[in-house]
Amino acid sequence: MVIDPVAVSGMKEGYFDRLRRKMGHSEGWVAFLFLLPNLAGFLLFILVPIIATFGLSLFQWPLIRAPKFIGIRNYLQLFTADSGFGRVLLNTLYYVIVYVALNLVVSLATAVWLAKKRPGQNIFRAAFFLPVLVTPVAIALIWQWIYNPSYGLLNFALHAFGITGPNWTGDTRWAMPALIFMSVWELFAYNMFIFIAGIQGIPVDLHEAAFLDGAGAWMRFWRITLPMLSPIIFFGTTMTLITSFQTFDQVFILTNGGPGEATNILGLFVYNNAFQYFRMGYGASIAVLTFLLILTVTIVQFLFQNKWVYYESVR
Amino acid sequence: MKASGKGAMVADSQSGLQYLGKTLNYIALIAVSILLLIPFLWMIATSLKPNGEVMSVPLQWFGSKIVWNNYAQAMTFLPFGIFIANSLIVGIFGTLLTLLTSSLSAYAFARLRFKIRDKLFLAYLATLMVPQQVVIIPMFLLMNYFGWVNTYQSLIIPWAFTAFGTFLLRQFFMAVPFEFDEAARLEGATHFGIYWRIILPMSKAGLATLAVFTFQTYWNNFLWPLIIVNKQNLMTLPLGLGRFQGQFGTQWNLLMAAATISVIPALLLYIFAQRYIVAGIQFSGLGGR
Repeated sequence: MVIDPVAVSGMKEGYFDRLRRKMGHSEGWVAFLFLLPNLAGFLLFILVPIIATFGLSLFQWPLIRAPKFIGIRNYLQLFTADSGFGRVLLNTLYYVIVYVALNLVVSLATAVWLAKKRPGQNIFRAAFFLPVLVTPVAIALIWQWIYNPSYGLLNFALHAFGITGPNWTGDTRWAMPALIFMSVWELFAYNMFIFIAGIQGIPVDLHEAAFLDGAGAWMRFWRITLPMLSPIIFFGTTMTLITSFQTFDQVFILTNGGPGEATNILGLFVYNNAFQYFRMGYGASIAVLTFLLILTVTIVQFLFQNKWVYYESVR
Repeated sequence: MKASGKGAMVADSQSGLQYLGKTLNYIALIAVSILLLIPFLWMIATSLKPNGEVMSVPLQWFGSKIVWNNYAQAMTFLPFGIFIANSLIVGIFGTLLTLLTSSLSAYAFARLRFKIRDKLFLAYLATLMVPQQVVIIPMFLLMNYFGWVNTYQSLIIPWAFTAFGTFLLRQFFMAVPFEFDEAARLEGATHFGIYWRIILPMSKAGLATLAVFTFQTYWNNFLWPLIIVNKQNLMTLPLGLGRFQGQFGTQWNLLMAAATISVIPALLLYIFAQRYIVAGIQFSGLGGR
């Protein structure tokens, strides 16, 4: 991950210069005491497990027996012998690509719509936002009932238009679209709020100047809102990609990977291998590959950002 | 006179159009809001139906009578009171621990000078990108080693040392002017005194934002409790809901009553802490800018 320390610090340059001037000498031991509680936990519960996962992936460990070092055989098995893994990878890519694309389009469109200040805006925003707050498990239960082929609300509504709806979560062709649709409904408002903040941060005089030059609303969206918002859209895309690769709760409750393997995705695959079949080393190797996949996608994102992300020149 | 009259007419029809546009916009907003809320309305409607009428064709929004008893029945099948209590315990203690450790380390990163500060901070930030799946297997083995499987501490402690909390509070602390520290220093305050009596009180919005965000994360977490807890008296609400589905998968009115019970806390949290929830999202979204 490439991180620009100045952007990350969020402060005008010189904060730490001023800190040096005001505070004088280095305060290593005080800093150590302040850091200790968080740092100890951070090392034990985050850094060590991250490293341990890589190590574990080189072992065969069925939990009831002692771990046995097997080199890269877990990885070899994943790519050559485990036919399920290829399917899981394809499913995951299908889910991630369609979900992220839909999420961004919907969240951007609604953000533009709701960014304008108007009376009662908080009520509308709350209605859009409620699904984000509710436990994903409850959301998946509600949708399982809505998707019910015989008594579900969705097929009932479709029936009114003369359409006989499919068995959404029980049909291999429809289970993934059903999962994606639910996920977009559940989570798009998260990005929407981020984009609203971004839109409201765009200087009004830019819009006014364009308006005086005769630019219509559509033109202003493409020429002003979108370019000015692109760093935030970039950030939103990156974060949504990272989180969508880890989707677990919704799919576990809604379809549990079924029917057949139709919605089996990486998050579920790691869980099942490690905690249903208790193959710790094998599960770890899948987790490592998930991590590498996310890392690759993130790096590619960053490499291509200068093609479309517009950064204001540093003041 | 004539010209001005005409001008007024144009202005009139323009404001008339604007008025129409605004009204249509509001109607559209209301329609979309209702459409988005329909799953929840359907959940509540189902939760109040008598047993025999849940699965009926054609579907009705309301049953022949309103059966509040579904809620009582759902609560007797599984102890939702205990699940809610567990979620509260885990959420509250997890949040307090996170606030304490994050604010201490954030003070060090924002106000103290030490050699590896910037490198260490970058290491913290880098872990924000690491998926939960990557840490969860060794975390489980560690809990197993500690003998913490099926305990509250396993639900609370491993997730209380987030880089996110340190990052968020650091940004808020850096916004507190140095002059306050200096004044306190002249009166002989220690660093802990400055942290406790100046920085913390002046960063209440940041602390509240982190508190709401953290509580929400603990409250909704499903994967970790699923792995680390299998005793019913330690289950959190999402886990209990998942269990309920396994046992009463076809009794949709009871299942929806249980789901409604789990939605209410989220609704309350939003009503009372909307400001901080939005602030937290926008903070995370803007990368702290």
